[in-house]
Amino acid sequence: MSAGANAVIVRETLQGLLEALLAEGYRTLGPTLREDAIVYDDVTHVSELPAGWTDSQEAGHYHLQRREDDAWFGFNVGPHSWKRFLHPPLEPLWGARRNGDGFKITVPAPGPKLAFIGVRACELRAIAIQDRVFLGGRYSDDTYRARRISTFIVAVNCAQASGTCFCVSMGSGPKAAAGFDLSLTELLGADRATFLVEVGSEAGARMLQRIASRPPTEAELAAARAVLDRTAERMGRRLDTTRLRELLREQAEHPRWDGIAERCLACGNCTMVCPTCFCTSVEDHSSLEGTAAERVRAWDSCFTLDFSYLHGGSVRHSTRARYRHWLTHKLSYWIDQFGTGGCVGCGRCITWCPVGIDITEEATALRAPGRAKKQGDAS
Amino acid sequence: MAVSRQNALVPALYRVGEVYRELPDTVTLRLVPESGRRPPCAPGQFNMLYAFGVGEIAISISGEAADEGFLHTVREVGAVSTALARLAVGASVGVRGPYGTGWPAAQGADVIFVAGGLGLAPLRPAIRRVLAERRHYGRVAILFGTRHPAEMLYRQELEQWRRRLDVDVSVTVDHADTLWHGNVGVVPALIPRATFDPNNSVALVCGPEVMMRFTVSALREAGVPDERVYLSMERNMKCATGLCGHCQFGPEFICMTGPVMRFDRIASLFSTREA
Amino acid sequence: MKSLDSLLRELPFFAGLDEEHARLIAGCARNCRFEAGQYLFHEGDPADEFFLIREGRVALDVVAPGQDPIVFSTLGEGEVVGASWLVPPYRWMFDARAASPTHALGIDAACLRRKCEEDHDFGYLMMKRFLPVFVKRLHATRLQMFDVYRRG
Repeated sequence: MSAGANAVIVRETLQGLLEALLAEGYRTLGPTLREDAIVYDDVTHVSELPAGWTDSQEAGHYHLQRREDDAWFGFNVGPHSWKRFLHPPLEPLWGARRNGDGFKITVPAPGPKLAFIGVRACELRAIAIQDRVFLGGRYSDDTYRARRISTFIVAVNCAQASGTCFCVSMGSGPKAAAGFDLSLTELLGADRATFLVEVGSEAGARMLQRIASRPPTEAELAAARAVLDRTAERMGRRLDTTRLRELLREQAEHPRWDGIAERCLACGNCTMVCPTCFCTSVEDHSSLEGTAAERVRAWDSCFTLDFSYLHGGSVRHSTRARYRHWLTHKLSYWIDQFGTGGCVGCGRCITWCPVGIDITEEATALRAPGRAKKQGDAS
Repeated sequence: MAVSRQNALVPALYRVGEVYRELPDTVTLRLVPESGRRPPCAPGQFNMLYAFGVGEIAISISGEAADEGFLHTVREVGAVSTALARLAVGASVGVRGPYGTGWPAAQGADVIFVAGGLGLAPLRPAIRRVLAERRHYGRVAILFGTRHPAEMLYRQELEQWRRRLDVDVSVTVDHADTLWHGNVGVVPALIPRATFDPNNSVALVCGPEVMMRFTVSALREAGVPDERVYLSMERNMKCATGLCGHCQFGPEFICMTGPVMRFDRIASLFSTREA
Repeated sequence: MKSLDSLLRELPFFAGLDEEHARLIAGCARNCRFEAGQYLFHEGDPADEFFLIREGRVALDVVAPGQDPIVFSTLGEGEVVGASWLVPPYRWMFDARAASPTHALGIDAACLRRKCEEDHDFGYLMMKRFLPVFVKRLHATRLQMFDVYRRG
């Protein structure tokens, strides 16, 4: 089978896929329940999937609910995204050991190759965006590349949209269109649950050959299309992207920024849950006796004062400036930097904002006429 | 094209070849690679310097040493710069780079260097380049402002430049004591006093951002078009490879499209507060 | 020997002045020379004459009791020394000292003020030339106040 080909597997056969991946040395990661949320973690058996669970999401609001059926992927994206594996929150860059009056540097060995089970369309887009960030420029992140090349991706088409989803506005979903090895659409038939499988790569085709599958019926293909059509119609949010890139720059002095600043806690949650936010800092650790040192890269957030620290102060001192930078970067500057916007419409920043600031609402409000930037303001 | 080194974030090891004391809190380090040759560099570029166990910071290259080392002028400001400035000859330093854009060549034009304080350090390689090939340039003016006569960087070299008849060197200080017989006032005030053809000049400016804002205004008033003015910008830099996000200035990564930036390209950001 | 009004018009400050106005100013002007170290005026003195530097350099300083004089600005060729002659009570707020041998045009302040009063068109032209000089100095002072080189 080649890319684009379809097959049907009985739902339980997914376990066979997990085992095939494990046998090839993959660390298999997928959705699972932890601390009242659906997160991504090690999954070696399908029984660890959140069968029969869903999530209810609104601005500043997330909670788990029982489903009326036992769908395995009947939920939307949670607080985790796959970036925590491809671009980990903490990553040792290198270590150094004193050696006479000099020092010697060692680079950590790479970890096992990864297999992601249950990657949503918006997340595929997010991974593609981070590929551009880390691999598309003059310098590339070699550890990211090594991980990325070896990662096996099983996508899942969304059968529902949450209250904060807007992938349709961002053109990133709900159908997983590219960037996967295999994609699944969960079909909860009357007698027996199945997955319609789409092959996305040669590696995916090889893997599919190792498990039992059969060709799909016309009815199954139609059912899978219907699932996606229904999801597309039920987006919880919308975002008009017309001229957004220019608009945000023109509105740098819009009074709306002051209003956001009054609500924003500058906690950085939005940047942590965002699947494309890539900013990092580097921490230096050294042993007490001073013979060994380590440099560890850690996720950072443009909402911290330290982020833009320069000569004893912060360039973006006000919350207003920090939120403005985040939003303008995400929806506008990103296009200059990487040839694509930085938002995929996953809605995480809306759901996980403790005060419910909504990126779609703010971007819309900024369309209202504001203060034009005055030329020649007294300096 | 991706630069494929073993890992762009791992430094090469250098030794401190020499330490020149410039000011009570400022030294120039001559750094020599532990093995092999140092990579080529252009005036205006910077390196990331790592002090063992303390951290890494961006420091502009303040000169190319005759023995193929880098010169870096470091002032004790934070933990890393203090650790670097206190290194002894023979100590190891991690070096990544050179990174960033350089000063334009500007051959055939009048060249106006405007430096403030430690901003003379990133300009020094460009000044040396122009003076070494003096006949390729029109009039050359070096306008330098500093806080106090006692805080003047590269004093001896300034004297050497001043002795040349083919360079207009003007130094001014913000605050003077009675022993100072030179100019008192801010460096932009030197611009109307310098002689150059505004339509065939290139201005290379480096110093604190407020000083650069006033300098740009004085250059505009003198008739120098924005596209002939270059500034060396500074932001918090962590990776220097466009991957960490810290040095963003509007859509620019200062480590990639800077530090040397043509003023007309950043003019609107330059006047936006907290950009 | 050049006439005063042609000397005047050589100064960038008075560039483009028409003949009649140049004559009006020249009527209030005299040529002067200061040796290095000689004072042009002292703080507290009546501001009855201000200067345009033709050649040389002038240092402006203030003195606080028990301290050495603090030079806060130096002025060079073509620049105006003194603003207090324009605003009551017409007294100098600092000392002006020639830092090198200096040739200047001294302008009788009362004379120029009177001519400005008598002919407001002329007065307005003069203000248009003086005001930018003083505003620019205010800006420069502001930059100086930032103490920008402190943290490097």
